[in-house]
Amino acid sequence: MSKKILEMTVSQLSGHLAAKEISAVEATTAYIDNIDSVDGDVGAYIRVTARQALEQAAEVDRLRTSGEELSPLAGIPAGIKDNICTKGIQTTCGSKMLENFIPPYNATVIDRLEQRHVVMLGKLNMDEFAMGSTNEYSYFKPTRNPHDLSRVPGGSSGGAAAAVAAQEAAFALGSDTGGSVRQPAAFCGVVGIKPTYGAVSRNGLIAFASSLDQIGPMTKNVRDSAMVMEAIAGHDAGDATSLDYAWPSFTKKIEQGVQGLRIGLPKEHFGEGISAEMKDAVLKAAAAYEKLGAKVEEISVPNVNHALPAYFAISSAEASSNLARFDGIKYGFRADVDGDVEDIYTATRNEGFGLEVKSRIMLGNHVLSADNYDSYYKKAMQVRTLIIEDFNRAFENCDFILSPTTPTTAFKLGEKHQDPSIMFRCNLYTVPANIAGIPALSLPCGTDSKGLPIGMQLMGKQFDEPLLYRAAYAYEQRGNY
Amino acid sequence: MVSQSTLQKYEMVIGLEVHVELKTKTKIFCNCPTDFGAQPNTQCCPICTGMPGTLPILNRQVVNYAVKAGLATNCKIASSTKQHRKNYFYPDLPKAYQISQYDLPLCEHGYLDIETGKGAKRIGITRIHIEEDAGKLVHLEGKGTLIDCNRGGMPLIEIVSEPDIRSAEEAKAYLQKLRAVIIYTGVSDCKMNEGAFRCDVNLSVREKGEKAFGTRAEMKNINSFQSAVRAIEYEFVRQVEAVEAGEKLVQETRRFDQNTGKTYSMRRKENADDYRYFPDPDLPIIEITDDERDALGAEIPLLPDARKVKYIEEYGLTAYAAEQLTIQREIADYFEKAAELTAHPILVANMILSDVSRLLQPDETDIPIQPEHLAAVAQMSGEGRINSGTCRTLIQTLWEKDVDPEIIVGEKGWEQINDDGVLTGFVKEVIAQQQKSVADYKAGKAAAFQSLVGQVMKKTSGRGNPVKIKELMTALLED
Repeated sequence: MSKKILEMTVSQLSGHLAAKEISAVEATTAYIDNIDSVDGDVGAYIRVTARQALEQAAEVDRLRTSGEELSPLAGIPAGIKDNICTKGIQTTCGSKMLENFIPPYNATVIDRLEQRHVVMLGKLNMDEFAMGSTNEYSYFKPTRNPHDLSRVPGGSSGGAAAAVAAQEAAFALGSDTGGSVRQPAAFCGVVGIKPTYGAVSRNGLIAFASSLDQIGPMTKNVRDSAMVMEAIAGHDAGDATSLDYAWPSFTKKIEQGVQGLRIGLPKEHFGEGISAEMKDAVLKAAAAYEKLGAKVEEISVPNVNHALPAYFAISSAEASSNLARFDGIKYGFRADVDGDVEDIYTATRNEGFGLEVKSRIMLGNHVLSADNYDSYYKKAMQVRTLIIEDFNRAFENCDFILSPTTPTTAFKLGEKHQDPSIMFRCNLYTVPANIAGIPALSLPCGTDSKGLPIGMQLMGKQFDEPLLYRAAYAYEQRGNY
Repeated sequence: MVSQSTLQKYEMVIGLEVHVELKTKTKIFCNCPTDFGAQPNTQCCPICTGMPGTLPILNRQVVNYAVKAGLATNCKIASSTKQHRKNYFYPDLPKAYQISQYDLPLCEHGYLDIETGKGAKRIGITRIHIEEDAGKLVHLEGKGTLIDCNRGGMPLIEIVSEPDIRSAEEAKAYLQKLRAVIIYTGVSDCKMNEGAFRCDVNLSVREKGEKAFGTRAEMKNINSFQSAVRAIEYEFVRQVEAVEAGEKLVQETRRFDQNTGKTYSMRRKENADDYRYFPDPDLPIIEITDDERDALGAEIPLLPDARKVKYIEEYGLTAYAAEQLTIQREIADYFEKAAELTAHPILVANMILSDVSRLLQPDETDIPIQPEHLAAVAQMSGEGRINSGTCRTLIQTLWEKDVDPEIIVGEKGWEQINDDGVLTGFVKEVIAQQQKSVADYKAGKAAAFQSLVGQVMKKTSGRGNPVKIKELMTALLED
């Protein structure tokens, strides 16, 4: 039974839980046992909260027995990326700086999951402060790709993607600043969405780049993603950037198909640097959409070529300010030094942050300095406006945009360390959605010759998550039509 | 020491930056209370202590209050404005950035009119912006430095003047006027002893007639008008001495020491700190519609200058009395209520400035007599129904127990005796009894007359009409 539990999607498991065919304790135990057996190799979790998980599960079973009406997510075991604050449980951001940081509050998304009695299995590994695309920048340990342990799972939500792929969680929450949900989802063969900026509250998400960060679900399939979004999306008075918008159901119209929809293929995302296998897989998917009744045409989003440098300027600038609070004074790591407060700052930040984080902070400070502000930060913000305008124009001619999620499939650990610019290129196709604040979803569209998952990305207009789910579901279920 | 004549060759150029703490119920970005004087670190939360993952939510009341302060100082109010992060490391700043405003402040291009011995002058206000206060470091002997976060996240407005001020007297007049205006708007109590009205003085010197500015020094956190005056006077002389001695002044921050009356260099500012300002991505643009602005403007009561004019023109007060009554808004409000209820507003003003002021503690404004009752006292006095001595006694009585003064006067029989027949009887009695005083008076001793009048007043139990008594006494003594 426990093997079958692990293979179930959220919606399947939800049905069995509701029918009392499987108890929440059984489901949770199955996941904890599997974490015990595989996580030594995968390294998806920084911390497994087995005791609390079983208590939560027992509570769900009690409530269900007493006849209480429960959410479809009640009793579903999930993992949480370790930059999302969990009251009373260490939230490390994958950093030495916060190794022993225990937040006295929950992120809004955690409150929303708890209200629905989701069972939290533990905190998932990540690149330090969400800066990285391989999970090799975790202070604690690297995460490995469950499809090939010699390869990276992607990042920075590599732990979340690997946990779902390795059946160590029925679903996971990741965060996406420049592709940190979608790129690992693509590498690990799962579904990941970066919602419209402001769709999901950032309250309690330890900020990397505030104007780009969004929390998004990582799931085994499209319907599960929509189910989790229904739980976590929606206005939150605790986040001033949260959109006050009456979201329609994400699941209700998921089966409506793509008949008559117009799909844009951005020529900029099929050019230089993309592997032939990737290109082929996505074009095949486009052909499949045509069979399903959609129209496919080439479009152009000319300024996306500038998205990556703009992203590095903006995200590093915001990060340099967001991470300034980690100074060893009030919480977190403090270096053991004699000297004045300046010495404490210097030693704490020097020892507490990893190299990648320090290099981004330095880049950010440089970009914001009085002498460089206009030529870097201001210019990047102007590029941002141009990209938003490009997308607005593009969406006049298509309903959603289809592209590869990444230029390549998962690479080997250590492989990209030598040249950081190559690693940054993994976010070439994902960054524009963050820059423009639009929703983007990655779902599997086959495997390469090595058997590694290939992901494709659907991008939509602001608020068009329901349409993306409909389109992604149609592709995922194409054999059944 | 430079001579007086050397000092005369120079003028000081002063710009003031004033930080005013707004009296909102909660802090600028969280729901912590803003009460003063709580135990350290009992009025702070994860948001105002900058814990990871927390987000600021702007308290709209802060914007509303700042708009009122801007309107009261004749500023233009931005229709949309941004909040910026000012990045720097300091232990009292847990986020390592202060949320403030940079190139798009809420209010700009205002002014205040001041009055000094040299007459009226207009001082420009460059800008008013909103920002959060930092926490407070407490240095304990032998125990090191402790951090109190209660003040962190308290709402402030920073009011930056143009460098229009040319003397300590002008600086003081500007600060007093600014404080009075802010208090009038009701957005702050400006309690200086609680740090709710703090001033940074930027001062440079130049030879008179020179157009270019000298190198300025900034004196931070001056918390009384007197200190501002002393700091300015000291710093002016110091800078002139330096210039005269051929020294090159450096742009720097200086600390004013209240005990010595001197300023001391704190840090050089020649490599001006780079605060890496950028728009705070956690906070959306603040929009203020014309309707919102106008509604806030309508809530601002008449300000001291306008009230002064009204008191002089409508009530016939002297400029001095009008000025005195408008210094504190509560007193002015009280005066206006009472003045509307009587035909004798000048008497109301006189009573407030003499009898009532005498009974109030310094800086106290809470008068325990209903304005209606003081108006009734003024009315009786104006109608000649009570004399001035009774007036004072009556106010004292009402201060202790505030009831209708008509009832007290009726019960106690305090109505003034105006009847010539009755008063003539008392005057004759006194003349008959006080032959020595009468003789003194006739020998030319003026004091003897006062004594005779006093005797009559005593016989009336203080209720006689003093004017009539004097007239009758003079007439009967001449006989």
